[in-house]
Amino acid sequence: MFQFILRRLSLVIPTFLGITLLTFTLIRLIPGDPIEVMAGERGVSAERHAELSAQLGFDQPLYVQYFRYVTGVLQGDLGNSLITKEPVMKEFLTLFPATIELATCAAIFAILIGLPAGIFAAVKRGTVIDHSVMTFSLTGYSMPIFWWALLLMLVFSVNLGWTPVSGRIDVVYWIDDVTGFMLIDSLLSDEEGAFTSAVSHLILPSIVLGTIPMAVIARMTRSSMLEVLSEDYIRTARAKGIAPWRVIVIHALRNALIPVITVIGLQVGILLSGAILTETVFAWPGIGKWLIESIGRRDYPVVQGGILIVACIIIVVNLLVDITYGIVNPRIRHSR
Amino acid sequence: MTTSTTTSTTNTPSIAPVPMTPAQEFWHYFSSNKGAVAGLVVIFIICFMAVFANWVAPHSPSDQYRDALLLPPAWLEGGNWSFVLGTDDVGRDILSRLIYGSRLSIAVGIVAVTASLIMGILLGLVAGYFRGMIDTAIMRIVDIMLAMPSLLLAIAIVAILGPSIVNAALAISIVSLPHYVRLTRAATMAEMSRDYVTSSKVIGAGPLRLMFVCILPNCLAPLIVQATLGFSSAILDMAALGFLGLGAQPPTPEWGSMLADALQFVQRAWWVVTFPGLMILITVLAFNLMGDGLRDALDPKLKQ
Repeated sequence: MFQFILRRLSLVIPTFLGITLLTFTLIRLIPGDPIEVMAGERGVSAERHAELSAQLGFDQPLYVQYFRYVTGVLQGDLGNSLITKEPVMKEFLTLFPATIELATCAAIFAILIGLPAGIFAAVKRGTVIDHSVMTFSLTGYSMPIFWWALLLMLVFSVNLGWTPVSGRIDVVYWIDDVTGFMLIDSLLSDEEGAFTSAVSHLILPSIVLGTIPMAVIARMTRSSMLEVLSEDYIRTARAKGIAPWRVIVIHALRNALIPVITVIGLQVGILLSGAILTETVFAWPGIGKWLIESIGRRDYPVVQGGILIVACIIIVVNLLVDITYGIVNPRIRHSR
Repeated sequence: MTTSTTTSTTNTPSIAPVPMTPAQEFWHYFSSNKGAVAGLVVIFIICFMAVFANWVAPHSPSDQYRDALLLPPAWLEGGNWSFVLGTDDVGRDILSRLIYGSRLSIAVGIVAVTASLIMGILLGLVAGYFRGMIDTAIMRIVDIMLAMPSLLLAIAIVAILGPSIVNAALAISIVSLPHYVRLTRAATMAEMSRDYVTSSKVIGAGPLRLMFVCILPNCLAPLIVQATLGFSSAILDMAALGFLGLGAQPPTPEWGSMLADALQFVQRAWWVVTFPGLMILITVLAFNLMGDGLRDALDPKLKQ
């Protein structure tokens, strides 16, 4: 097992270096001189240019610059935002809880709906239920989620007035930032109705962000269940007279879940990139909105740092999924 | 496959099973999937609209009818049959903009898919044929690209190159490259061990002939399926980039940027928001349906 983890870890290092190389080149590929670009329309004098160039290390050879960059990254130093002058890492850490909160709720929604739907479709194979589950999941899978967000907003916020249009909580509440998670912070505060407000703000964004993962999970669960249900041991279990639900839940589901868990792990990438769109529509103050706004403001250190962190999170999650998979399924562990 | 086994030998030669040609066999499987056929029909309609947009569209996509701002769809009160799906905030006909938008989406899909298909096939063939160092190098890069969500990578690329429709198409083709490389490499490696490849080699075929004439045609099935699905993700990513303001720029009638323009009118004019998104959904769904159908028809493992 230990060997297996080591082998997986050794594969992560070149990937990590590759991504730092990518984000490093990113800022240097911008057409024009990086300092001119950073200075914006005002421009800089020749002396100030040389000074800035020395300060930011642009006068060094490229490999020295890259080495410095990676050393900085490993120490958590991603440079400072050009606009706010705050360290990128600090900005990221203050905004990240909002995205985690949203992504977690979306994942819970996706699993709660997708998993039972997939099981149901597999058990009722070929019936109307199966067909409608598959149609819905293919539609969900093809959904432009930014439009889906607008549509839900139109129906539930504008026309029915059930949910708020945007933000994390009503402006009338002033919530102390304890954990950064609005659901927890609003519970901790004494403000009456704050928690309900936080929940109602979360509903639509979570549904929107969870739609594609839900569709993927439902499809995967169905095909995995179908495969397992055709196995001999399931027939044996049925022949022994075990209750049908028990065969499905205890015997079949356990084995069918293995590929589904992997797929759920792989949704982290979809959730994080979907968060960019969802947060933009719902004005949700998380890292997705932060990244897009930084691109608009040409705040390159933030773009660079933000992309690097998100990519690293995905690598780590994929690594964890791989390891979990190895624990659950010994065949993977010992292959190769 | 079914014909030769099910029909018993009879003395009337007319009933004797005629083996289906590959194309017939393909159509037999493909047409039995109703969703896939529906997808194909929708794709035909959209392509038709895209090609003949000048004739199909009732108005020009950029004409602004100042006396018809934010007109609702024709069937609603206040609607006008000359603007079937209503007009936007500067009085442009939404239906016409959608029709011209399909031209853009299809074009971007074709460009992005073709570009990544060509590059992906080349890299995949080289990696799978030569193996060794070159294979490792290519596959490492592919792994790095796969570690990033495609939209994020596309956003990064557009952030560097600057927002425009050409850059967005370029970004999308780079982003979808890894899938083609992986598929081609895997298929090439599987074909390399086949006898027909060995015998061509013995006859004296050079690597180029082996790669492109012998191996490539036998790897095409999964690539065709991936290319169809690639179309749907290209259209979806294009719309997402347009929506974020990183793709087509405002006056261009692109579905995603039309939605972005419409954001401020959500409360007043639902039709400005609803129809562009519906077009994206229908198009993407059609390509996904067809891709599923193609996979079932082309994948010999699933045929019974």
